[in-house]
Amino acid sequence: MSKEPTGPDTGSDNLPAEEPIPNPGLPSHTWRPTDIDEAAARRAERQIASMYLLSMLCVLGFVVTYFVADVGDNWDTILGLGASTVGLGVFLGLALLLIGAATIQWARKLMSDVEMVEMRHPARSSDEDREATLQALSSGAEDSGIARRPLIRNTLLASVGMLGVPAVVLLRDLGPTPGQAAEADYPGAGLEKTVWTPGMRVVRDVVGTPIRASDLEIGDLVNAQPEAIFPSEESGLPELHGAELLIAKSKAAVIVVRMEPETIIPGEGRDNWSVDGIVCYSKICTHVGCPISLYERTTHHLLCPCHQSTFDLSDSGRVVFGPAGRHLPQLPLAVDEEGFLVAQSDFTEPVGPTYWERDHKDIGDQGEADL
Amino acid sequence: MSIDTSKVATSNSSAATAKKPGKAGAVANWADERLGLGTAMKKNLRKVFPDHWSFMLGEIALWSFVVLLLTGVFLTLWYHPSMAEVVYEGSYDPLRGVLMSDAMASTLHISFDVRGGVLMRQMHHWAAMIFIASMMVHLLRVYFTGAYRKPRELNWVIGCLLLLLGTLEGFTGYSLPDDLLSGTGIRAADGFMKSIPVVGTYLSFFLFGGEFPGDQIIPRLYMIHVLLIPGILLALIAAHMLLLVYHKHTQWPGPGRTEENVVGFPMLPVYAAKAGGFFFIVFGVTAIMGGLLSINPIWKYGPYDPTKVTAGSQPDWYMGWPDGALRIMPGWEFHLGGYSFALNVFLPIIVLPGLMFTILLLLPFIESWITGDKREHHLLERPRNAPTRTALMVSLMTFYGLMWAAGGNDIIAITLNSDINQITYFIRVAVFVGPAIAFWVTRRWCISLQRHDEAKLLHGYETGVIMRSPEGGYSERHLPISENAAYTLTARDRDVVWTPGSETDESGVAAPGGRLDGLRAKLSTLWFADNVQKPTAQELEEARHHAEHEHALTAALDGVAADGHQFDGHHAVEGESLRGS
Repeated sequence: MSKEPTGPDTGSDNLPAEEPIPNPGLPSHTWRPTDIDEAAARRAERQIASMYLLSMLCVLGFVVTYFVADVGDNWDTILGLGASTVGLGVFLGLALLLIGAATIQWARKLMSDVEMVEMRHPARSSDEDREATLQALSSGAEDSGIARRPLIRNTLLASVGMLGVPAVVLLRDLGPTPGQAAEADYPGAGLEKTVWTPGMRVVRDVVGTPIRASDLEIGDLVNAQPEAIFPSEESGLPELHGAELLIAKSKAAVIVVRMEPETIIPGEGRDNWSVDGIVCYSKICTHVGCPISLYERTTHHLLCPCHQSTFDLSDSGRVVFGPAGRHLPQLPLAVDEEGFLVAQSDFTEPVGPTYWERDHKDIGDQGEADL
Repeated sequence: MSIDTSKVATSNSSAATAKKPGKAGAVANWADERLGLGTAMKKNLRKVFPDHWSFMLGEIALWSFVVLLLTGVFLTLWYHPSMAEVVYEGSYDPLRGVLMSDAMASTLHISFDVRGGVLMRQMHHWAAMIFIASMMVHLLRVYFTGAYRKPRELNWVIGCLLLLLGTLEGFTGYSLPDDLLSGTGIRAADGFMKSIPVVGTYLSFFLFGGEFPGDQIIPRLYMIHVLLIPGILLALIAAHMLLLVYHKHTQWPGPGRTEENVVGFPMLPVYAAKAGGFFFIVFGVTAIMGGLLSINPIWKYGPYDPTKVTAGSQPDWYMGWPDGALRIMPGWEFHLGGYSFALNVFLPIIVLPGLMFTILLLLPFIESWITGDKREHHLLERPRNAPTRTALMVSLMTFYGLMWAAGGNDIIAITLNSDINQITYFIRVAVFVGPAIAFWVTRRWCISLQRHDEAKLLHGYETGVIMRSPEGGYSERHLPISENAAYTLTARDRDVVWTPGSETDESGVAAPGGRLDGLRAKLSTLWFADNVQKPTAQELEEARHHAEHEHALTAALDGVAADGHQFDGHHAVEGESLRGS
């Protein structure tokens, strides 16, 4: 291949004089088979046209699949996938890919591949243009008198700036403040309260049946809810729906475990919070609020699947590992006259993730995370 | 090369044949008389773009965004952004009769009762992943080749904003079905907000319209997902492309390619065909992925219930690294005067991503401040020729990668059957040590590659031909590389360390020294320390003499030019001397 510069600009004179090797300039163009052999060009043409034709066939396949293949819940008929989804996806994909491949083939084989050179220009404007722009700006400023009348300028800026106030104020009704939410009239409103009330039964999740203390074996774990989530005529509790139900569930969910009573190290003032080794803790992680559910019965450790904070349920829910900074809130338990588990009261501290206004309730040396 | 070019295919003929103004001409005239298209398009239709595979990465991002718009519009036709409580009565049997939000029910409707619905949902999700992944790889390409240097710093900033917005768009998008996994993500986001000092609870209550989860969050995320962020994305993408056209694309150095020109193929027809064809390729690949690769099967997760969670709950991969930071953070939380500081959440998930993003945004400005480089750059630099720059990004990538691995510490523990506690302790240390090691290794690696280039220029390439001297010693024959290759290797800047007072204003007066001058000079020295500069013309000349001398010595060995050409298969040897002469 010849090394003579063929481009209109070799650029070598733009390099500093110290450049060790002068710019040899653009290499000469190499002709492709399709440039010099009419048969090769025809072949490329046929390839490209057949790909466009095949693409049309794929669209036909797409339409046929659309009307023939099942949808509904037959979503695993082919390779664990829906016939409709697979057919539509593959036919649509092939139709598109063939158009793409054909077009790129066209560009590579038949369109000119002679490199072109275009000169750059500096990003900055020319000095004359800058001068003219500055001139125009100062003429405009002069005509408006904005420099001579600072009172107008300053009041204009201030008044436009003030328009930010309505923009912000209008957003006020996005939601109640935490304080207002605490005053709302749905059960357990506010960050510091849940729907648990003294004497409310602890019921099984999903089914809502009360839990008889004597039915729990040592090592058992029960995902539980307050009875308020499953109101019945007997309990006389109000029906919860929609947001109220979700809010109640998001704070009141608990887990009940039974362990050997002597393994429990009760926190300060928590001596009578358990019933025969049955303890109850908030299910909501104190880290960022995931429901916790992975229980290791031999160690009484409860692991959060989101960020692996681990809590010791025999030791007031103390953090033994992970990023959580606080123990799990414990629900004081008792049994009613029928032998079912009930809450002695609501939680004695807010459940869930830490927030700024949360007043810390120390529970002796159990309260801090063990780093 | 002597090839008969007289038979060049007619399609390559550039001679335009004059035609009578037909119907198309009339339409063009009508449009031009109203829009002035002739002037506007005169230059741009044949605008030249340079060719390199890596320039295609940003294009993947662009086209996947178009796919997102198209599939997204389809999904909005059936999706209901509502948290109203409904009983699902659709085709999917296992969930029939279950209470769920309208958002979830309508997503199930799209999946099981709209033909092509699953395909469009999966294409939308896959395109989102391709969108973000290609933006990241494109960002790395731009960084490693120094393409963000003046005059393109602001386009770097726009690109970073696109990445940030793309990530937020992804989060708001995968939250919309209101399934168990996405609800868990929203709940975690609520915890993140509440960790912000002073205003955290207010932010949370205003976003959710009250206590978590309320019944406002899905409609609000929907508005953000289909209107607010896509609008800003579109505007920024337009600005990104306009600046690209204005600056003209960067190019790799090589024979005939300089800082003053751009060498490549014209927009019409070559790039119109290649880029247009590539749109169909990206679209087609997304369609096939959507048809064959299952993603986010929300029917398997079930509707959101704040009391439930699944093991292995993880966000989409691009949100993984802050999640990893959250996982390895020690549980630092303290209380003062009735207020709580949740540093265990606030630092890793609010402060750290903000800090990392700021660093990313500032990289071009940090570099030009340290190097004092105020020139325009249109020729790309190989990563090895900017060892500190390259090492800095590899260091950041290592940090990202370790954080990302931490985001899957439970999966790693299960897969490798190892202890999650020890993995966590290891990563806590590794996120500090790893980037430092990566920085050092990368920098030295780059410098070694620079030395390799220098050796190729001065002593030629290794032929693999072993020569035995009369004394019985063995040596490998080196041959000079071609002039074009040699030029390409030397087509780079010499490094200039910034020193205080080296900048002068227009009248030649040294700029007044700043307070940080000492630090800046030190950083500049360190930035370039140990870099190998390209040889001077004199050094090359000496090396050539030396090579010719050796050549002459060995030429007598077998009576012919025993330069190894006959063995290496590169080219014929007849009448060829060493380079240049």
